[in-house]
Amino acid sequence: MPDKVRFHFDVDGSDFSSAGAASVQVKKKLRQLAYPPEIIRKVSIAMYEGEINMVIHANGGVVDVEASDEEIVIVLSDRGPGIPDVDLAMQAGYSTAKDNIRNLGFGAGMGFPNMKKYTDYMRIDTEVGKGTTVTMKVKL
Amino acid sequence: MKIREIGELLDAKLLTGEDGLDNEVSSACCSDMMSDVLAYVKDQGVLITGLINPQVIRTANMMDMVCIVFARGKAPTEEMIDLAAECGITVMCTKKRAFEASGILYCAGLSRKSEAKDA
Repeated sequence: MPDKVRFHFDVDGSDFSSAGAASVQVKKKLRQLAYPPEIIRKVSIAMYEGEINMVIHANGGVVDVEASDEEIVIVLSDRGPGIPDVDLAMQAGYSTAKDNIRNLGFGAGMGFPNMKKYTDYMRIDTEVGKGTTVTMKVKL
Repeated sequence: MKIREIGELLDAKLLTGEDGLDNEVSSACCSDMMSDVLAYVKDQGVLITGLINPQVIRTANMMDMVCIVFARGKAPTEEMIDLAAECGITVMCTKKRAFEASGILYCAGLSRKSEAKDA
């Protein structure tokens, strides 16, 4: 495992078919860096949920991942509409996703709860009309 | 159960991942809702679905699933098959409906042990 490795991805919000591609890349890189499978799984699921959210709700954004021998930090930043009520958004089953997103297999309102479940630390900084930054950490 | 047996039981056509046919799996999940797969699936090796989009492959990859069965004769796109190959996931399609495919695999022993505690 390296001292510290950083990855940066631009997430295209205009094309749903590419949603999740950055998470696939991160998973592959963490495997190459020989992180434990259970850590990789947690990071993958949390980042993937965040990446999908970003495409569904915020027209894309950027993802930065920093992996060290102590923790893996994932920061997802967008300039989307922001979240008016974070407590409500954290509730399992609450979703503002439209039917077209449900038809694609997402929008069950489990994204944020799942991101919290699979990480050791999660913080949401959001401002309506400006955007949202989600920071997550998975400890080794 | 070997992935090869799943293919035989469902009379399924293999689309990619021949190398994985001898891998053993013990449980499966049937869903068109990838959100639910991400939220509720644990240690399940096989995904049975009727949903066609690249996120099916990516979701299976995130969950460390090793085999996807597309039901109701749904055919994944070339892009999806290539992505699955890249992720090392065996992909097959069956004409059987998802409920029937799940029932056949369950009766053959898949998921019998793990279902109760996941419910």
